Amino acid sequence: MARAVSNRTKVANTAIAGALGFLMFFPILWILVLAFKTEEDAIRAPLEVLFGSGWTMESFATVQARSDYFKHFSNSVIISLGSTFLGLLVAIPAAWSMAFVPSKHTRNVLMWMLSTKMLPPVGVLVPIYLIFRDLELLDSRFGLTIVLMLINLPIIIWMLYTYFKEIPGEILEAARMDGATLRAEILYVLTPMAIPGMASTVLLNIILAWNEAFWTINLTASNAAPLTQFITSYSSPEGLFYAKLSAASVMAIAPILIMGWFSQKQLVRGLTFGAVK
Amino acid sequence: MATKASRSAARLMISPAVLLLLGWMLVPLCLTIYFSFLRYNLLQIGETPFAGWENYYWFVTDPSFNAAIKNTLVLVGGVLAITTIGGLFAAILLDRPMFGTGIIRIMVIAPFFVMPTVSALVWKNMFMNPVNGIFGRIATSLGFQPIDFFGQIPLASIIMIVSWTWLPFATLILLTALQSLDQEQLEAAEMDGAGWWSRFWFIMLPHLARAITVVILIQTIFLLSIFAEILVTTNGGPGTATTNLTYLIYVSSLLQFDVGMGSAGGVIAIILANIVAIFLMRMIGKNLDA
Repeated sequence: MARAVSNRTKVANTAIAGALGFLMFFPILWILVLAFKTEEDAIRAPLEVLFGSGWTMESFATVQARSDYFKHFSNSVIISLGSTFLGLLVAIPAAWSMAFVPSKHTRNVLMWMLSTKMLPPVGVLVPIYLIFRDLELLDSRFGLTIVLMLINLPIIIWMLYTYFKEIPGEILEAARMDGATLRAEILYVLTPMAIPGMASTVLLNIILAWNEAFWTINLTASNAAPLTQFITSYSSPEGLFYAKLSAASVMAIAPILIMGWFSQKQLVRGLTFGAVK
Repeated sequence: MATKASRSAARLMISPAVLLLLGWMLVPLCLTIYFSFLRYNLLQIGETPFAGWENYYWFVTDPSFNAAIKNTLVLVGGVLAITTIGGLFAAILLDRPMFGTGIIRIMVIAPFFVMPTVSALVWKNMFMNPVNGIFGRIATSLGFQPIDFFGQIPLASIIMIVSWTWLPFATLILLTALQSLDQEQLEAAEMDGAGWWSRFWFIMLPHLARAITVVILIQTIFLLSIFAEILVTTNGGPGTATTNLTYLIYVSSLLQFDVGMGSAGGVIAIILANIVAIFLMRMIGKNLDA
């Protein structure tokens, strides 16, 4: 199968690909550096920043003290975990029934669910905003959790469906023949086999919810603002705030970066709705 | 196979999802269409009379509408060109044997996980700022006049930022597709004397055609809705230089409080997105049958 590749070719490949990797990763690396500098040092020339200045944690402390960073951080956590949990609650039964008890409508239902994802959010911005205003859900964690659950629901259902589809139906039939009830079938037969697929669905959904930046910005102001919205407060042009912006950004992207590394492969399946595996 | 009991149980289990999505889609959609025919501004208290096609007329004839459509097309087209072609090269590069594959792949893919507001602000301040940004510093030290990115080439700057986010997506999907290519086929072609270019053109590219289409369609759906990157960098300006359709609708509905006009814009955005969605749905549907 694999051909013998000379070490020289490998080194050359590594150099080119490594350069690409470094270029793509550099902005992230750079804010990681700036986050540990003082504001004065952070705006110096790049080489001076790297080699001619000390390191400090003060930006992290300032960001927290000035803007109650962890409130927004925990908003992000609550909203993304909450919407994922609620989404699973609705999606697992739906995906299960479509995968194991398919009917002649299953295909159409799946396609229709997907089509709701194609609706541009801005197309329904006005009514959602007004409904939220009237129900007093603007700037509330609960309202945002529901919206994020709904926009990601098609992806969760679709991903779970493709994973459930890969579980051989004979095993379920065998369990049924042995007298397993529907509940036992789901709990003791299906769930253990479905856990890897569910785990990656959960990961992808948390990533999508964490980074969602249309509804989180338009439906929150301060109280329920997650990190996506909080970071926009750094967009004012005046003032030197590189170190603080970096510190706030590092903490905002670190958890998702780590999760993303674990779910690269599943990401493809989830984001292409199974069209590329 | 499936018994009658399990059928009705299945129907019961799927109904919450169907009802929720139905409500989420139909209620706002109907309201958007309804509002788009009213003269309805949140700043004017009182009646909201029927306005016919008035909102559509004013929305479409506004000069910023033309600008927004043009900017949307340039933004989507520019990002698609950069990410698809760049992603193709990156995928081929990453598919070759090398040391530290895992680490290098992760570094290339990482930008996709950075939230839009962070990536936009980091690029805007740390790189594109003419005085303190890295690009500006490099230009100055080489004796050039630094570019004022958001003043001189605002739309191109946004295209760059968005491409940085989406290049990893294209790379990841094309790489996944490339890995399913039969290596023996490539080796056979090589033994028959096919050069690198003909192997790329006649074997790799046809194999990737489907994945490339998926990348283009899915990205288009997301790129039509670019919003946060514009909000935190240029606010749609200077003038309307970086206002896309999404941002224009945001301005008329949430900044000018013109519910009728914003809704008319929303309906237009939905129609545009649907044109792309139809093709995408067809491709995914075909895959479902296979």
